[in-house]
Amino acid sequence: MAKDKDNGLGDGRRSGGVLPVSEDRRAFLKSGALLAGASAAGGLGIATAHAGSVKVPESNLSMGREIPAKIYGMPSKYEAHVTRNRTDVFVNKQNWSDWSMTPLQHQLGIVTPNGLFYERHHAGIPDINPDDHTLAVHGMVKQPLKFSMSDLMRYPAVSKFYFMECSGNGLTDWKAVKSTTVQQTHGLLSCAQWTGVPLSWLLDEAGLADGAKWVLLEGADGSAHARSVPIDKCMDDTLIVWGMNGEMLRPENGYPLRALIPGWEGNVSVKWLRRIKVGDKPWHLRSETARYTDPMPDGKWRQFSMVMECKSVITRPSGGMKIPGPGRVEIEGFAWSGNGKITAVDVTVDGGKTWREARLEEPVIDKCLTRFRYSWDWDGGPAEIASRAVDSSGYVQPTVADIDKVRAIVGFVQHHNAVFPWSVASSGEVANAIA
Amino acid sequence: MRSLKVSALTIAATALFAFSAAAADGPGVSYGQKISEADVKALDIDVSTSTGAGLPAGSGTVADGAKIYAEKCVACHGEGANGGSMYGPMHGGIGSFVTPKRKLTPGSMYPYAPILFDYIRRAMPMDSPQSLNDNEVYALTAYIYSLNGLVKEDAVLDAKSLAAIKMPNKDGFVVDDRPDVKAVRCMADCTKIKP
Ligand code: HEC
Repeated sequence: MAKDKDNGLGDGRRSGGVLPVSEDRRAFLKSGALLAGASAAGGLGIATAHAGSVKVPESNLSMGREIPAKIYGMPSKYEAHVTRNRTDVFVNKQNWSDWSMTPLQHQLGIVTPNGLFYERHHAGIPDINPDDHTLAVHGMVKQPLKFSMSDLMRYPAVSKFYFMECSGNGLTDWKAVKSTTVQQTHGLLSCAQWTGVPLSWLLDEAGLADGAKWVLLEGADGSAHARSVPIDKCMDDTLIVWGMNGEMLRPENGYPLRALIPGWEGNVSVKWLRRIKVGDKPWHLRSETARYTDPMPDGKWRQFSMVMECKSVITRPSGGMKIPGPGRVEIEGFAWSGNGKITAVDVTVDGGKTWREARLEEPVIDKCLTRFRYSWDWDGGPAEIASRAVDSSGYVQPTVADIDKVRAIVGFVQHHNAVFPWSVASSGEVANAIA
Repeated sequence: MRSLKVSALTIAATALFAFSAAAADGPGVSYGQKISEADVKALDIDVSTSTGAGLPAGSGTVADGAKIYAEKCVACHGEGANGGSMYGPMHGGIGSFVTPKRKLTPGSMYPYAPILFDYIRRAMPMDSPQSLNDNEVYALTAYIYSLNGLVKEDAVLDAKSLAAIKMPNKDGFVVDDRPDVKAVRCMADCTKIKP
């Protein structure tokens, strides 16, 4: 991946006039080839077409593909550049405990397609037969229980939209420019409609014993990944889900069963969920001490920092793209908060000296990706663009400089929710400008 | 007849009410299959690491750990856990957290010693997780802590002696006190993003 020249943009068709750097040449080659083909083909007046005339599409002139008896439909072959990409900026020594990032620059609307939803695993992707899968609930409960998948799917299910973000999203780009694209800087972020049951139903059915305060969620993967979660969050909005965007979870997203803890760092939403144990204190496992903790001043670490605080980023235009020329540029991006709804997004085009309020696109949902748009008349001069979100708790998205004052930004640093600037050169080229 | 009709209606109304009340705070049905704690024993691998509760019977020595390590761990973790093909070093780093280069290892980072036992038992060796018996896990735990200078070379670890090891980073954690940043929504003449 590191050697791969592709910067994760693909060829960026339909990017609203904002093109990846490589696009101009490719488009030119393509029209050249078309013209050559047209003069050879003759017929239907194509050969006599003059510049600007709209040709009859070739697809009008033949039967299409036959309808297969059964098929799981796939995207057009012309969308093959839209892929989830394993991290190539922070290169791990192996690819089982590793991650793969969503191409946010290509996402339309607020829902991430299942095949592009970001991945983070600790021992690769298991393939679990749902007929063999069992969820056990035990520990400080009055009656331990087990559930088969068909037991769980008999409950009246609920479906809810929530974003999910890895606590490590952005960890390569705090004080130095390491990444090119928004896929590399922010692609550990996705959003889906999840279907399942409230965890509170299962815990109520088992009956919480007096003194129950924490819950251990444990996966059926090769790392038996586990996290301690406070009981209040479990009884509030936590779901146990099997559905994702209208179909069963994908194996890489926890098939057949996972926890979904709205607004909290992704790794607590334990995938391939096999066991829930109720206790009176957190377990302090490796995954919540040596990992998923934040360096703080004086050699300390912040622990159980689960909520993903309010954040936003401009996805278009973003790093690696090129604005064709001065004039109207439709800026768009995502805003989200683990603490509630997005109430406002502001955009700057002068590096943060002045800000203007952007338009929020409906629907605006609690703990869900929210789209914002801002129409910018670019004068063709160098600019620095960024977004800043505000959530329903009143929290305003900070800058790296703000965070740097209260935390220690050293090494492998999680919870980067800072304002993220892109520079725009006079050439129209857009680049990472975090530092 | 008449009173019968009324009571049938009343029952229907009550049933309807019960249904909507149930929908508000629960599913109104229960599909869990009752089991006992003993039924979960094979899955019950966690250790409450701050107390050691959940550590099993058994024990292991540093010397045995070194032997098992050479057989099952060295390929990915390297000689003496100095770092190998799949992972970096697993010793050292104690005292490094106050420098700009924090080195995270079981010795420097884990606040409670049983974390290492819990993690090896659930996740290692990565190519064959949950294949070790408890004595082997104790032995490997003893070996890795000896490389970190936290137990002597002749140490024998069991539930009690493992939980008793004092870890250097025991007091290294603070609770989540966010929001820790109070940014203001400045609209004009603001400090730039990169001041
Ligand atoms: C196939 C390669 C492989 C083998 C074999 C293997 N490991 Fe690992 N080990 C890893 C990887 C990769 C990680 C990092 C996993 C992560 O962070 O999610 C790891 C992590 C660890 C850690 C956590 C270290 C820390 O800094 O917190 C310990 C402890 C460990 N292994 C012990 C062992 C032991 C003991 C064995 C032999 C029984 C073993 N490993 C065998 C690949 C392997």
